[in-house]
Amino acid sequence: MEETKPISLPLIGEKAPEFEAPTTQGTLRLSDYKGSWLILFSHPADFTPVCTTEFIAFAEIYPELQKRNTELLGLSVDSTSSHIAWVRNVEEKMGVKIPFPIIADLNKDVSTLYGMIHPAQSKTETVRTVFIIDPEQTLRTILYYPLTTGRNMQEILRIIDALQTTDEHSVATPANWKPGDPVVVPPPHTAEAAEARVKEGYDCKDWYLCFKKL
Amino acid sequence: MPCVSPDGKPSETGIVTLKAVQAGADTPEKVQEATGNPMFKVRSGLRDLVNAGYLELKGGKYSLTETALDAL
Repeated sequence: MEETKPISLPLIGEKAPEFEAPTTQGTLRLSDYKGSWLILFSHPADFTPVCTTEFIAFAEIYPELQKRNTELLGLSVDSTSSHIAWVRNVEEKMGVKIPFPIIADLNKDVSTLYGMIHPAQSKTETVRTVFIIDPEQTLRTILYYPLTTGRNMQEILRIIDALQTTDEHSVATPANWKPGDPVVVPPPHTAEAAEARVKEGYDCKDWYLCFKKL
Repeated sequence: MPCVSPDGKPSETGIVTLKAVQAGADTPEKVQEATGNPMFKVRSGLRDLVNAGYLELKGGKYSLTETALDAL
Protein backbone atom coordinates (compact mmCIF):
# COMPACT_ATOMS: atom_id res chain seq x y z
CA MET A 1 0.00 0.00 0.00
CA GLU A 2 1.32 3.43 -0.95
CA GLU A 3 2.38 5.53 2.00
CA THR A 4 0.82 8.98 2.14
CA LYS A 5 3.04 11.75 3.48
CA PRO A 6 1.38 14.18 5.87
CA ILE A 7 0.59 17.48 4.16
CA SER A 8 1.90 20.71 5.63
CA LEU A 9 -0.99 23.10 6.14
CA PRO A 10 -0.51 26.63 7.41
CA LEU A 11 -3.27 27.62 9.81
CA ILE A 12 -5.40 30.68 10.39
CA GLY A 13 -3.67 33.09 12.76
CA GLU A 14 -0.17 31.94 11.80
CA LYS A 15 2.30 34.00 9.79
CA ALA A 16 1.96 33.12 6.12
CA PRO A 17 5.06 31.19 5.00
CA GLU A 18 7.51 33.34 3.02
CA PHE A 19 8.35 32.30 -0.53
CA GLU A 20 10.05 33.60 -3.63
CA ALA A 21 8.63 32.43 -6.93
CA PRO A 22 8.67 33.18 -10.65
CA THR A 23 5.44 34.78 -11.86
CA THR A 24 4.01 36.29 -15.02
CA GLN A 25 5.11 39.66 -13.62
CA GLY A 26 8.64 38.73 -12.54
CA THR A 27 10.02 37.12 -9.42
CA LEU A 28 7.86 37.91 -6.40
CA ARG A 29 8.19 37.26 -2.69
CA LEU A 30 5.32 37.12 -0.24
CA SER A 31 7.01 39.94 1.68
CA ASP A 32 6.65 42.18 -1.39
CA TYR A 33 2.97 42.39 -0.38
CA LYS A 34 3.55 43.69 3.16
CA GLY A 35 1.14 46.52 3.83
CA SER A 36 -1.57 45.17 1.49
CA TRP A 37 -4.14 42.47 1.89
CA LEU A 38 -3.38 39.55 -0.41
CA ILE A 39 -5.52 36.81 -1.88
CA LEU A 40 -3.17 33.97 -2.81
CA PHE A 41 -5.15 31.40 -4.75
CA SER A 42 -4.36 28.22 -6.62
CA HIS A 43 -6.06 26.71 -9.64
CA PRO A 44 -5.60 23.20 -11.03
CA ALA A 45 -4.29 24.01 -14.50
CA ASP A 46 -4.13 26.56 -17.30
CA PHE A 47 -6.38 26.13 -20.35
CA THR A 48 -9.08 24.36 -18.37
CA PRO A 49 -12.73 25.45 -18.39
CA VAL A 50 -13.60 26.08 -14.74
CA CYS A 51 -10.27 27.85 -14.12
CA THR A 52 -10.87 30.09 -17.11
CA THR A 53 -14.25 31.17 -15.73
CA GLU A 54 -12.63 31.80 -12.36
CA PHE A 55 -9.82 33.92 -13.78
CA ILE A 56 -12.32 36.03 -15.68
CA ALA A 57 -14.31 36.42 -12.45
CA PHE A 58 -11.21 37.30 -10.41
CA ALA A 59 -10.27 39.90 -13.05
CA GLU A 60 -13.80 41.34 -12.80
CA ILE A 61 -13.59 41.84 -9.04
CA TYR A 62 -9.98 43.11 -9.13
CA PRO A 63 -10.99 46.82 -9.23
CA GLU A 64 -13.21 46.25 -6.17
CA LEU A 65 -10.36 44.47 -4.41
CA GLN A 66 -7.97 47.30 -5.17
CA LYS A 67 -10.40 49.73 -3.51
CA ARG A 68 -9.97 47.52 -0.44
CA ASN A 69 -6.13 47.60 -0.60
CA THR A 70 -6.20 43.96 -1.69
CA GLU A 71 -4.03 42.27 -4.33
CA LEU A 72 -4.49 38.97 -6.15
CA LEU A 73 -1.79 36.37 -6.77
CA GLY A 74 -2.66 33.20 -8.67
CA LEU A 75 -0.73 29.92 -8.70
CA SER A 76 -0.64 26.63 -10.51
CA VAL A 77 2.04 24.07 -11.27
CA ASP A 78 2.19 25.23 -14.90
CA SER A 79 5.13 27.13 -16.41
CA THR A 80 5.35 30.87 -16.88
CA SER A 81 5.10 30.31 -20.65
CA SER A 82 1.88 28.36 -20.19
CA HIS A 83 0.44 31.08 -17.94
CA ILE A 84 1.35 33.76 -20.46
CA ALA A 85 -0.15 31.80 -23.37
CA TRP A 86 -3.34 31.20 -21.38
CA VAL A 87 -3.88 34.79 -20.25
CA ARG A 88 -3.21 35.98 -23.81
CA ASN A 89 -5.79 33.46 -25.03
CA VAL A 90 -8.32 34.63 -22.43
CA GLU A 91 -7.81 38.22 -23.54
CA GLU A 92 -8.01 37.34 -27.22
CA LYS A 93 -11.01 34.98 -27.04
CA MET A 94 -12.93 36.25 -24.02
CA GLY A 95 -11.92 39.91 -24.11
CA VAL A 96 -10.74 39.93 -20.48
CA LYS A 97 -7.26 41.10 -19.46
CA ILE A 98 -5.83 39.28 -16.44
CA PRO A 99 -4.18 42.09 -14.50
CA PHE A 100 -2.62 40.19 -11.60
CA PRO A 101 0.48 37.94 -11.50
CA ILE A 102 0.38 34.15 -11.56
CA ILE A 103 3.03 32.01 -9.89
CA ALA A 104 4.60 29.31 -12.04
CA ASP A 105 5.09 26.66 -9.37
CA LEU A 106 6.57 23.95 -11.58
CA ASN A 107 8.67 22.46 -8.77
CA LYS A 108 5.66 22.66 -6.38
CA ASP A 109 7.62 24.59 -3.74
CA VAL A 110 4.89 27.08 -2.89
CA SER A 111 1.99 24.66 -3.35
CA THR A 112 3.67 22.19 -0.97
CA LEU A 113 4.41 24.95 1.55
CA TYR A 114 0.74 25.96 1.55
CA GLY A 115 -0.79 22.47 1.33
CA MET A 116 -2.40 23.17 -2.03
CA ILE A 117 -1.95 19.67 -3.43
CA HIS A 118 -4.42 17.16 -2.05
CA PRO A 119 -3.26 13.81 -3.39
CA ALA A 120 -6.64 12.14 -3.07
CA GLN A 121 -8.00 14.75 -5.51
CA SER A 122 -4.93 14.96 -7.74
CA LYS A 123 -1.26 14.21 -7.24
CA THR A 124 -0.21 16.61 -9.98
CA GLU A 125 -2.60 19.55 -9.74
CA THR A 126 -3.39 22.05 -7.00
CA VAL A 127 -6.95 22.10 -5.70
CA ARG A 128 -8.76 25.45 -5.64
CA THR A 129 -7.42 27.13 -2.52
CA VAL A 130 -7.82 30.69 -1.31
CA PHE A 131 -5.48 32.14 1.33
CA ILE A 132 -6.42 35.59 2.58
CA ILE A 133 -3.36 37.26 4.10
CA ASP A 134 -3.53 40.55 5.97
CA PRO A 135 -1.10 43.49 5.69
CA GLU A 136 1.02 42.06 8.55
CA GLN A 137 1.19 38.79 6.56
CA THR A 138 -0.94 36.79 8.97
CA LEU A 139 -3.23 34.15 7.48
CA ARG A 140 -6.78 35.27 8.12
CA THR A 141 -8.92 32.92 6.01
CA ILE A 142 -8.35 29.66 4.16
CA LEU A 143 -10.83 28.18 1.70
CA TYR A 144 -10.59 24.90 -0.18
CA TYR A 145 -12.73 23.95 -3.16
CA PRO A 146 -12.59 20.71 -5.13
CA LEU A 147 -11.45 20.62 -8.74
CA THR A 148 -15.01 20.60 -10.03
CA THR A 149 -16.42 23.61 -8.15
CA GLY A 150 -15.64 27.17 -9.20
CA ARG A 151 -15.29 29.80 -6.49
CA ASN A 152 -17.82 32.47 -5.58
CA MET A 153 -16.26 35.90 -6.00
CA GLN A 154 -18.96 37.70 -4.04
CA GLU A 155 -18.15 35.49 -1.05
CA ILE A 156 -14.45 36.33 -1.36
CA LEU A 157 -15.25 40.05 -1.47
CA ARG A 158 -17.61 39.59 1.48
CA ILE A 159 -14.86 37.92 3.52
CA ILE A 160 -12.47 40.79 2.80
CA ASP A 161 -15.16 43.27 3.85
CA ALA A 162 -15.90 41.27 7.00
CA LEU A 163 -12.23 40.96 8.02
CA GLN A 164 -11.56 44.64 7.43
CA THR A 165 -14.73 45.60 9.35
CA THR A 166 -13.67 43.34 12.23
CA ASP A 167 -10.22 44.92 12.34
CA GLU A 168 -11.49 48.47 12.12
CA HIS A 169 -14.32 48.22 14.66
CA SER A 170 -13.40 45.26 16.92
CA VAL A 171 -16.65 43.47 16.15
CA ALA A 172 -17.70 40.16 14.62
CA THR A 173 -19.98 39.63 11.65
CA PRO A 174 -23.00 37.32 11.79
CA ALA A 175 -24.16 34.70 9.30
CA ASN A 176 -24.84 36.06 5.84
CA TRP A 177 -23.53 39.49 6.88
CA LYS A 178 -22.89 42.03 4.18
CA PRO A 179 -21.64 45.62 4.43
CA GLY A 180 -24.30 47.84 5.97
CA ASP A 181 -25.86 45.07 8.05
CA PRO A 182 -25.69 45.15 11.87
CA VAL A 183 -22.57 43.59 13.37
CA VAL A 184 -22.15 41.48 16.48
CA VAL A 185 -20.71 43.05 19.63
CA PRO A 186 -18.13 40.68 21.20
CA PRO A 187 -19.75 38.79 24.10
CA PRO A 188 -18.90 39.90 27.65
CA HIS A 189 -16.55 37.71 29.68
CA THR A 190 -17.76 38.42 33.21
CA ALA A 191 -21.17 38.20 34.90
CA GLU A 192 -20.94 41.88 35.74
CA ALA A 193 -20.21 42.82 32.14
CA ALA A 194 -23.09 40.58 31.01
CA GLU A 195 -25.44 42.40 33.36
CA ALA A 196 -24.24 45.74 32.07
CA ARG A 197 -24.33 44.68 28.41
CA VAL A 198 -28.12 44.57 28.13
CA LYS A 199 -28.28 48.16 29.39
CA GLU A 200 -25.70 49.53 26.95
CA GLY A 201 -28.17 50.39 24.21
CA TYR A 202 -27.32 47.61 21.77
CA ASP A 203 -29.96 45.52 20.04
CA CYS A 204 -29.62 42.55 22.42
CA LYS A 205 -31.48 39.27 21.99
CA ASP A 206 -29.84 38.21 25.22
CA TRP A 207 -26.63 39.14 27.07
CA TYR A 208 -24.44 37.05 24.73
CA LEU A 209 -26.01 38.12 21.42
CA CYS A 210 -26.02 41.86 20.84
CA PHE A 211 -26.01 43.69 17.54
CA LYS A 212 -25.14 47.24 16.63
CA LYS A 213 -25.14 49.33 13.48
CA LEU A 214 -21.82 50.85 12.43
CA MET B 1 6.16 43.48 -15.94
CA PRO B 2 9.63 42.61 -14.61
CA CYS B 3 12.11 45.50 -14.44
CA VAL B 4 14.89 43.48 -16.08
CA SER B 5 14.45 41.70 -19.42
CA PRO B 6 15.79 38.18 -20.03
CA ASP B 7 18.75 39.74 -21.89
CA GLY B 8 19.76 41.54 -18.68
CA LYS B 9 18.77 45.00 -19.90
CA PRO B 10 16.22 47.13 -18.05
CA SER B 11 12.70 46.71 -19.42
CA GLU B 12 10.36 49.61 -20.10
CA THR B 13 9.16 49.34 -16.48
CA GLY B 14 12.76 49.14 -15.34
CA ILE B 15 13.67 52.34 -17.20
CA VAL B 16 10.68 54.12 -15.58
CA THR B 17 11.89 52.93 -12.17
CA LEU B 18 15.49 53.97 -12.83
CA LYS B 19 14.34 57.41 -13.97
CA ALA B 20 12.29 57.76 -10.79
CA VAL B 21 15.37 56.93 -8.71
CA GLN B 22 17.43 59.35 -10.78
CA ALA B 23 14.84 62.05 -10.01
CA GLY B 24 15.28 61.47 -6.28
CA ALA B 25 12.88 58.64 -5.42
CA ASP B 26 15.29 56.68 -3.24
CA THR B 27 12.86 54.54 -1.21
CA PRO B 28 10.15 52.07 -2.32
CA GLU B 29 7.48 54.48 -1.06
CA LYS B 30 8.85 57.34 -3.15
CA VAL B 31 9.22 55.11 -6.22
CA GLN B 32 5.62 54.01 -5.79
CA GLU B 33 4.51 57.62 -5.60
CA ALA B 34 6.57 58.54 -8.67
CA THR B 35 5.56 55.57 -10.85
CA GLY B 36 2.05 54.77 -9.61
CA ASN B 37 2.91 51.08 -9.55
CA PRO B 38 1.59 48.85 -6.74
CA MET B 39 4.05 48.35 -3.89
CA PHE B 40 4.62 44.65 -4.61
CA LYS B 41 5.78 45.51 -8.13
CA VAL B 42 7.97 48.32 -6.84
CA ARG B 43 9.68 46.08 -4.28
CA SER B 44 10.28 43.23 -6.72
CA GLY B 45 11.42 45.63 -9.44
CA LEU B 46 13.92 47.37 -7.17
CA ARG B 47 15.27 43.99 -6.09
CA ASP B 48 15.69 42.89 -9.71
CA LEU B 49 17.47 46.13 -10.58
CA VAL B 50 19.84 45.72 -7.62
CA ASN B 51 20.55 42.10 -8.58
CA ALA B 52 21.21 43.13 -12.18
CA GLY B 53 23.67 45.82 -11.09
CA TYR B 54 21.60 48.88 -12.00
CA LEU B 55 20.89 50.03 -8.46
CA GLU B 56 22.73 50.09 -5.17
CA LEU B 57 21.00 49.81 -1.83
CA LYS B 58 22.78 51.42 1.11
CA GLY B 59 21.17 52.32 4.41
CA GLY B 60 17.70 51.73 3.00
CA LYS B 61 18.25 54.19 0.11
CA TYR B 62 18.50 53.32 -3.56
CA SER B 63 20.92 55.00 -5.95
CA LEU B 64 21.91 54.49 -9.56
CA THR B 65 25.09 52.65 -10.50
CA GLU B 66 27.36 53.58 -13.39
CA THR B 67 25.72 50.76 -15.35
CA ALA B 68 22.33 52.40 -14.86
CA LEU B 69 23.62 55.79 -15.92
CA ASP B 70 24.98 54.19 -19.10
CA ALA B 71 21.62 52.52 -19.74
CA LEU B 72 19.57 55.70 -19.38
